[in-house]
Amino acid sequence: MDEFIQEFLIEGGELLDQLDRDFVEFEKNPNSKELVARIFRAVHTLKGTGGTIGLKKLESVNHVGESILSRMREGKLNVNAEITSALLRMIDVDRQLLAAVERTGEEGDMDLTEVIQSLTDILTAHDRVNKAASDEVQKTHAANLDLTGNILVQQQAVEPDAVANAVKSQCKDGPHRTDEILAASAEIQKQVVQDALPAQSESREDSISSNIRVDVNLLEKVMNLVGELVLARNQILQFTSTQKDPAFLNTAQRLNLITTELQEGVMKTRMQPIGNVWNKFPRIVRDLSNATGKSVRLEMEGSQTELDKTIIEAIKDPLTHIVRNSLDHGIEKPAEREAAGKPRQGLLFLRAFHEGGQVNIEISDDGAGLDLNAIKEKAIERGIVPSQQAANMSDRAIGNLIFMAGFSTAKQVTNISGRGVGMDVVRTNIEKIGGTVDVSSVRGRGTTLKIKIPLTLAIIPALIVTTGGERFAIPQVNLVELVRLEGKAAETGIESIQEASVYRLRGTLLPVIHLTRELKLARPVQGNHDSAINIVVLQADSRQFGLVVDGINDTEEIVVKPLSKQLRTVSCFAGATIMGDGKVALILDILGLAQRASLAGDSAGHRAEAKSGELVEEAEQRESWLLFRVGDRGKLAVPLSMVSRLEEFDSKSIERSGNRQVVQYRGEIMPLVSIADALQMANPAAREGSLQVVVHTAGGSSVGLIVDEILDIVDQHVSITREAENRHLLGSAVIQQHVTDLLNVPELISSITGNGGIA
Amino acid sequence: MSANQQQFCTFFIKGLLFGVEVETVQEVIRRLDMTRVPLAPDVVAGLINLRGQIVTAIDLRRRLGVPDRLDSELPMNVVVRTADGAVSLLVDEIGDVVEVEDKDFEVAPDTLSKTSRELIRGVYKLNKELLLVLNTQRSVNIGVPGGPETN
Repeated sequence: MDEFIQEFLIEGGELLDQLDRDFVEFEKNPNSKELVARIFRAVHTLKGTGGTIGLKKLESVNHVGESILSRMREGKLNVNAEITSALLRMIDVDRQLLAAVERTGEEGDMDLTEVIQSLTDILTAHDRVNKAASDEVQKTHAANLDLTGNILVQQQAVEPDAVANAVKSQCKDGPHRTDEILAASAEIQKQVVQDALPAQSESREDSISSNIRVDVNLLEKVMNLVGELVLARNQILQFTSTQKDPAFLNTAQRLNLITTELQEGVMKTRMQPIGNVWNKFPRIVRDLSNATGKSVRLEMEGSQTELDKTIIEAIKDPLTHIVRNSLDHGIEKPAEREAAGKPRQGLLFLRAFHEGGQVNIEISDDGAGLDLNAIKEKAIERGIVPSQQAANMSDRAIGNLIFMAGFSTAKQVTNISGRGVGMDVVRTNIEKIGGTVDVSSVRGRGTTLKIKIPLTLAIIPALIVTTGGERFAIPQVNLVELVRLEGKAAETGIESIQEASVYRLRGTLLPVIHLTRELKLARPVQGNHDSAINIVVLQADSRQFGLVVDGINDTEEIVVKPLSKQLRTVSCFAGATIMGDGKVALILDILGLAQRASLAGDSAGHRAEAKSGELVEEAEQRESWLLFRVGDRGKLAVPLSMVSRLEEFDSKSIERSGNRQVVQYRGEIMPLVSIADALQMANPAAREGSLQVVVHTAGGSSVGLIVDEILDIVDQHVSITREAENRHLLGSAVIQQHVTDLLNVPELISSITGNGGIA
Repeated sequence: MSANQQQFCTFFIKGLLFGVEVETVQEVIRRLDMTRVPLAPDVVAGLINLRGQIVTAIDLRRRLGVPDRLDSELPMNVVVRTADGAVSLLVDEIGDVVEVEDKDFEVAPDTLSKTSRELIRGVYKLNKELLLVLNTQRSVNIGVPGGPETN
């Protein structure tokens, strides 16, 4: 394609984006001379340049728009919603034309009659009112040409009248330059005009000279080369440890510094302000508010926050979707808002800021908030969560159900959103770039979505670990903490409940997986290996888990390289990188690993059947259950989600408060409930020595359930097969081929907190 | 080289002479450090660092379903260009570049095993031996539908 056209397409795209923003601003601020002048100039450029390179349609449609704008600029035509809409439509047409040119090199056969007609109607309606229409052409012409004159006036070198006269004669005599006419009429010394001209070109080129356009592919290439340089630098640095030559060490040091700076510099070239995405929101908000009859104010904070280009691209659609959703479902109609005692105009607030190497984006509205009950019902109805699990879910967990596939609670499907695809795609897209999204909402007050995304994907800090004789990189974003168990703790620290391993991290049960086992790597030869256990505590989704590795090496900046097609099916790896010694190391995909080990999230869930070593490929909803025994009454189970900790207390530490059993626990008094008593079992086993207690925490306070023996944790879909015989039970189900009673924990707890406790 | 002639880069796998079109071969490298990929299909021998580019190595012995090399026998890397980027094929030994004529070509005989027939496009009858033409693209198509199973 012609280089000029290519350049015009880029420039035109920018002009159109700017126009979108300016128009919305202008509607709020119809008296701003500056804005209308800017809009006029942009449309003028589109028309002029478009015409020059042969885009006749573009020229003709913008010509009419320009005429309207020129009247507006002179204050003869007042802006109203109709005019703005017509002009915005013109911009949409411009965009389509440019897109067609980009695709095919031609403007295509788009029918412009309608849009031109609507613009012309505005113009003729105005001109009919305004009889002085014949002057317009000349004045418009004059306005185009008086730039030199303006500068001269500003410098007080000539009187405005003189310029006006000169422009008039310019219009009459044809294309003479303003300066020549002024000089000729001896209003002004030639020298002064000469001085004014540089000022004119300066003001035009100010913004141009400090920026250049660079091909993104070239930047990518430079970025890759810098990645290679970083690797070569790492290799050299490793080499320096065995060298003593001071000259070499100095050079290596310098290389190190320069490479780091170069890397930072190149990374910066890829950084773009998030405003580049946000800029289109004023227009979207305007159009949507008009379409839905709502009144919405858009506020943005931190639009200068910078992000890597690839990430900007990736969040564009999710963000747009969230904004549309907020407008469509979140913010109410003015009448409803008034009835709820809120201002008629809704607020949509976008905020972005850097925090801890990540970018936080918050999208909040002051609308109706999420209807948690409706969400819960819908989730049960759609089979997204089993009903007994839903009953125990926290508000936050319920809110986050909107990100599940196939979910939409909008009472009415509109053409804006609400088709049940969307929020799950939003989450998938954000997670794809290593980000997280979370929703919080107060009914009647509004909803806030919080998105956290990494700054860049190309070079990331990572923790290097060794296991089974291989090295692996763990992205730092997933890392929570490192735990090292030595001596006796190493032998007993990790407890196993059948096949599942857990570690008590500050009292909370942390599921643990062994990387060597998970990746089916051969155990390294034991012997000189120390017996300490390294647990890397990781965050995947909203769940934490521990990863046992043989050794922890170091943190390093690594260059992420994608895996080839042959390895895409292996879900445990996010990519590969080249280490300082030139060897390749795999980057662990923590989410994939957790999913493989059946740990991810509150919802996802399949678990490797340890015996067969095969994955159970069921997307079916499962829940983890804690199995325990009380007296001789068979097995009992509670959902693991209701268990915050497992504790052991000396029976001597049990005290009585009123008619209640209590124990001092973490600085507080925790009531204890004997399940044997609650179920009115005939012969509760005599309790001596230590007591096994299942701690349940709800609403900030804890209750301990006394059991006789903790048996197992199972992951299973449970369906209740027999009705409850006791109000403290939900019913019975078959778990692991055994009939198991399911404990109704909320009921049990409320019975003690409600009526003063059980004896 | 006339129109009905072609050049093949040849190599040996368990005594058999194989060839791939010279144009598809990027380079031949003796030995490189290999990083194993746990849980990957077993035809994937690992990843190699080819001057900063990470390349997947596929063991042609396993791909063709013939017994593994002994540990003492070090493979050679034949790096080929495919539609999805460079891939290294592990072979026993490198042979010469040979020039063949179209008239000597025949399709693979039916008596070959199913896997071999799938991967061998045909045979050139050379003076002393047979040159088996490898279907490079199919050889590297694994981990996708139609390829060998992943575990």
